Amino acid sequence: MSNTLSRRAFLTRTGIIGCSLAASPLMTPVSFASAPWDTRLVVIILRGGLDGLDAVQPYGDPGYSALRPRSLAGGPQNGALDLDGYFALHPGMAGLMPLWQQGELGFVHAVSTPYRDKRSHFDGQDLLEAGTERLSDGTRDGWLNRMLQVVPGVQADTAYAIGRGDMQLLKGPAPVANWSPEADLTLSPQAERLMGLVMQDDPEMHAALAEAQLLSDGSSGMAMSDDGGEMMMAQMQKAGKGASHRKIARFAAQRLRQDARVAAFSLNGWDTHQAQGRNLTRALERLSDTILTLKDTLKGPVWKKTAVVVMTEFGRTARENGTQGTDHGTGGLMITAGGAVRGGRVVTDWPGLGTAALYEDRDLMPTRDVRAHAAWVMRGLTGLDKSVLETAVFPGLTMGDDPGLLL
Amino acid sequence: MAGFNSELADIRFGCGLSPVIGRPESIDVMLDGLTAPDDIAAAFPIETFDTFRRTRMIAINEQRKILRDNRGSDIGEAARKQRNVLNRIAREDKGAWLGQTLLRRSYTQHGMFERLAFFWGDHFSAQGKQGAVRRATSPYIEEAIRPHMTGSFADLLKSAVMHPLMLTYLDQHRSAGPNSAFAARLAAKGKTAGLNENLAREVLELHTLGVSGPYTQADVTQLAELFTGLTFQVQVGFKFRKDMVEPGSETVLGKTYGDKMNRDPILAVLDDLATHPATARHIAWKLAMHFVSDTPDPGLIDHMAQTFVKTDGALMAVYTAMLEHPAAWQTERMNMKFPVDFVGSACRALAVPDEPLQSFTENEMKNAISIPMAMMGQNWQLPIGPDGWPEEDDEWITPQGLSGRVRWAMAVPQILQPQLPDPRDFVTTALGSYAPDAVIFAASAAESKTEAIGLVLASPAFQRR
Repeated sequence: MSNTLSRRAFLTRTGIIGCSLAASPLMTPVSFASAPWDTRLVVIILRGGLDGLDAVQPYGDPGYSALRPRSLAGGPQNGALDLDGYFALHPGMAGLMPLWQQGELGFVHAVSTPYRDKRSHFDGQDLLEAGTERLSDGTRDGWLNRMLQVVPGVQADTAYAIGRGDMQLLKGPAPVANWSPEADLTLSPQAERLMGLVMQDDPEMHAALAEAQLLSDGSSGMAMSDDGGEMMMAQMQKAGKGASHRKIARFAAQRLRQDARVAAFSLNGWDTHQAQGRNLTRALERLSDTILTLKDTLKGPVWKKTAVVVMTEFGRTARENGTQGTDHGTGGLMITAGGAVRGGRVVTDWPGLGTAALYEDRDLMPTRDVRAHAAWVMRGLTGLDKSVLETAVFPGLTMGDDPGLLL
Repeated sequence: MAGFNSELADIRFGCGLSPVIGRPESIDVMLDGLTAPDDIAAAFPIETFDTFRRTRMIAINEQRKILRDNRGSDIGEAARKQRNVLNRIAREDKGAWLGQTLLRRSYTQHGMFERLAFFWGDHFSAQGKQGAVRRATSPYIEEAIRPHMTGSFADLLKSAVMHPLMLTYLDQHRSAGPNSAFAARLAAKGKTAGLNENLAREVLELHTLGVSGPYTQADVTQLAELFTGLTFQVQVGFKFRKDMVEPGSETVLGKTYGDKMNRDPILAVLDDLATHPATARHIAWKLAMHFVSDTPDPGLIDHMAQTFVKTDGALMAVYTAMLEHPAAWQTERMNMKFPVDFVGSACRALAVPDEPLQSFTENEMKNAISIPMAMMGQNWQLPIGPDGWPEEDDEWITPQGLSGRVRWAMAVPQILQPQLPDPRDFVTTALGSYAPDAVIFAASAAESKTEAIGLVLASPAFQRR
């Protein structure tokens, strides 16, 4: 079998082979090919709506302190770390200050998707991942998958959607490995053959299970058998331990050090309606930890070629709500990190925070489309044409001027 | 035209086929089962939220108080220990209640009732956020959902939305009118109180009208004002606090609700939302999607939604409308079982004994059930958001999720059922007349009993319904 045979072609072929036991294995050996380009892109989706105004606090804006006079009062006088004399970083991200100082951490402020007004997490996330103007246009694939559809040479292990949840932004016809740490499946050869047989009439399940076999690296080291019960218990015990965000970051980085070029996963816990002081600190610490784990595991040379892009479905209300938190808003924050980014800057067409400047007298006014920034990052990493990004990847998007997010 | 079939009744609408429990003989028997006495809950009890609150939350609060007042002393240390013990027991019991849930599914004669309890518990998804109440989702379902599934949707809605666990999960208990007496009192102390619109938004978006429903941000804010006063206190349970109510009337979906310092306007708006045509469609669609397929026959949804409207949301009538429609009995089984349905129906097919499920230690329960279910994609009672678990099949058919299902199928049945059945018989037990030749062959060709059982349970014929 040629090592350039795509996984999908391979699956299609095994899927249509007849039902004789010998000819219908769940898996036949397939090898991964080397990657078509050398930069690395990590996309992290923050589910729940990150409060951009608290993560990167515009304390230099004269309207800021009036909006957040109480528990969410920010700025350096309240413990935030000054970034540039106008914006200050939430203390929950203090661990990332060295990256900021080295120019490996940057921010894009007052951005959003085209999503407006109903402020639903779920529609907001769907639109963020679809990367389209609106949800009703019937798009079923995600923008990161569409990027993979237009770059040449994408292989089965070029892109990873990591974690137990589904990553809509990587869904679509281009091959993507869906996996999470500790999901390794090891079957005896006979069980594997029989599994192929029982799955043969269900192409969806067959393909997913074949992919599971393909992605298992055998680190669990033992085939399921009559002592499988004990082994399972041991495996599960291991899986139940340790922080999942760190495991995911480590797994992503390990794959990116090999043939993978794109990885995406999500972090939860951003819906800070109440007691935001405590809850956002925790979430930001997890995010910082995640980025630092990526950096540590990628190691110098690969980290130098890496851009991490962090996005969320919407920002939150400019004003603190009645319960020391914030409600669903509009304009928000994008975070970039990595050796390939031109950090140390807060990039923004800052709309201001005066009452008249707020969106619906309520939210930070989005001044740029967050998709444009994602598009410029992809252009920088893969060399894709602007016209392709504006039609195939983000249909209908106007990218505007290059914000220069990469080195 | 397809119609009632007793195997499908258990596979699609119930908890799966069982070697020891008979199948319903007709739609009427299925429906009667929904209003029959809840014997299975009595056989495998789970405590109510109010019991949880009284026996655990109050006790933990007391120990916390003692600890606060006696820090550093022996009395304080004893209180700390006692508090930790109570917290640990609550954590263990959350696992034990998952075991009870699986046993109910294994032995109930009214499988659809268990499925509905999950469906509505998920539709009104709620979880505690801090402390022992994080273990209280099963008690919430036992109290707020299970007894209210066969009356009107309005009553179910009110029961769930005004329940303490929902009020705390979606932050309602702290939301106060900006012009309320409570806010004024806090202002005098230099503090502030105000609205939190979390619950109001999710009631409109998730519980009633649906995200494409006819509401705006103004309706969300008005409903949040209307909801002020709904709170929870550990000592007393649900509490309506007049001092937190925003004075004045509020207008939601064009209708104005009166300025009263009691729950009446809140009950009235929930009644109106519960019977709104958009709610009828939303609920009909979701039920059909959950029980029948990701792309339900539009005629089925219409029939259910019209029945909903005609009966002001009488749930038995809506269930009847679903079961009497031929599209509900399409022979092709499309829907992927949720992990809890998969594990539950496997337990039922295996006729697992009470032991070891009821004698598992906390870690054994985690390793055999909870962690594998998380690997399959369902971290038990901890969905990411208030929208609960996804209905779409492709959210579950992922490589990592299927790996979890296969590994569980191969390894755990022998732990739950030490007397594994003969795999050749088990094919029929588990799949009835839907057993494909390939699965029959695999069950006889596997190298071991455990692999054979695992192949049957992992097969698409068992995973879909």
